[in-house]
Amino acid sequence: MTNPEGLKYTREHEWIKVEGDKGRVGITHYAQDQLGDVVFVELPKKGRQLRQMEAFGAVESVKAVSDLYCPVSGEVVEVNSALEQKPELINQDPYGQGWMIVVKVRNAKELTALMSAQQYTSFLAQGAK
Amino acid sequence: MRYIPNTDADCRQMLAAIGVRSVEDLFADIPRQVRVKGDLKLPPALSETDLMRHMRGLVAKDADVESYSSFLGAGAYNHFAPTITNHLILRGEFLTAYTPYQPEISQGTLQAIYEYQTLVCQLTGMEVANASMYEGGSALAEAVLMAHRATGREEVVVARTVHPEYRQVIRTYLAPLGIRIREVPYGAAGGTDLKLLRAAVTEQTACVAVQSPNFFGVVEEVAEAAAAAHAKGGLAVVAVAEPVSLGLLTPPGELGADIVVAEGQAFGNPISFGGPYLGFFATKERYVRSMPGRLVGQTEDRDGRVGYVLTLSTREQHIRREKATSNICTNEGLCALAATITLCALGKQGVREMALLNLRKAAYAKGKLAKAKGFALRFDGPTFNEFVVQAKRRPVRQILGALARKRMLAGVALDRFYPELRDCFLVCVTEQNRREEIDGLVKALGGGG
Repeated sequence: MTNPEGLKYTREHEWIKVEGDKGRVGITHYAQDQLGDVVFVELPKKGRQLRQMEAFGAVESVKAVSDLYCPVSGEVVEVNSALEQKPELINQDPYGQGWMIVVKVRNAKELTALMSAQQYTSFLAQGAK
Repeated sequence: MRYIPNTDADCRQMLAAIGVRSVEDLFADIPRQVRVKGDLKLPPALSETDLMRHMRGLVAKDADVESYSSFLGAGAYNHFAPTITNHLILRGEFLTAYTPYQPEISQGTLQAIYEYQTLVCQLTGMEVANASMYEGGSALAEAVLMAHRATGREEVVVARTVHPEYRQVIRTYLAPLGIRIREVPYGAAGGTDLKLLRAAVTEQTACVAVQSPNFFGVVEEVAEAAAAAHAKGGLAVVAVAEPVSLGLLTPPGELGADIVVAEGQAFGNPISFGGPYLGFFATKERYVRSMPGRLVGQTEDRDGRVGYVLTLSTREQHIRREKATSNICTNEGLCALAATITLCALGKQGVREMALLNLRKAAYAKGKLAKAKGFALRFDGPTFNEFVVQAKRRPVRQILGALARKRMLAGVALDRFYPELRDCFLVCVTEQNRREEIDGLVKALGGGG
């Protein structure tokens, strides 16, 4: 599976899709594949203020619990409550229905620190460490 | 651990292999002046016969519940355990303090823990229980921490009638985290003052923690305390130091508790100078992922046969390292097994009957002591098997000391826990106390027959 163009990626395997002054955040196909079956996801409440790369929650698979990092600073304005009942959406559709939160981007400059799809693909090719 | 005997020749060979001349050289890094020189100052070895005599002499100095009339409770309770308990826990298949590494290979151990968790749920009226904590105090501290995690709030309200040592453990656990503790005083009946409790609870309160029966033996108004926590969005934590009471009292889970912890020693584990004990820890299913400790689940293998596994281990320290839910990464396996066997041997009816015996014998003693000259009951709230007696004429320590010389442990002086109750002591009566013992206590205290 290719990593969609137009998204920005972190070294911790989150993606962000910027829509106006907001950014939708999820984890990448690679991340969900490494985790295995996701059984639970812990997400923040609306209104929480996050700094860039602050842990905003955790994703739990049968193998491990991993922290989720927010690609940019901002306020959480939406949370994907569908994941409470169907965490498997993260495995099935990581770039679509498996999204986790929407943040109101505080400082668009922070996006430049993130990787493009092409950069992320080669990051993975080099072993993603 | 294996014992590996080494001959002098073995030792010389090993020393030569690593290039040192003597065993003494291995300690060269330790300054000579702080090293022990020569042999330890020990008396000469005794023959086996003399050693047994010596040890029996030491044992005879012990004050134990066999050789004394004991009315001590305060968190450690003398109860009947059927012979089968000790017999089974000492079997080689079971005799381990821990859940084994690669636990699924020990299906019997996991099944026993699974049964234990089920029993804890039934006793407490909760939905899930873990495989046990170290003891009641740390279980309560973990419950308070869990409430902090679940609510994200920085303050906890704790009743002053919670066991003073449990409160000490809470303070130790919370201090480095900067979580504030508000203690709520007790009222005239010996229960938590509910007005003050409600006033102490705010939008910052992670939980309200009460103990019932409380340290004074008084049954708390658990439902009211839980409602006070819930009114401000906090959790209700209930501790039980004497779980035999659960044979009679409404389970905390039915009174609104979100987390129930208990000291499990009373079931099948001897008083044993304070440990090892075990902590019950139970909660509602929706909080299971915030729960500390390990959890055994039942599942099926590929042929559809029942099997037991550790579940939710991903949140434990050996996998999640410093981000684990708690630093507890084991349980009190053997103590939990003793509790399980005892509970199963007693059965539902047996636990109820044991609780009734405690209630009746304690009520008998309480009635007699209330009338004893120079003594009074300090509180008038309802009690289970413990109550506070006030000594009006003589200092408590003098009274208790005099009775101890008559091989009678009349109670626990409260001065070291509650300075304002220095004229009081806590008396516990269980099914193990015979009527003659109770009458003997009353008589010794000057109450007549």
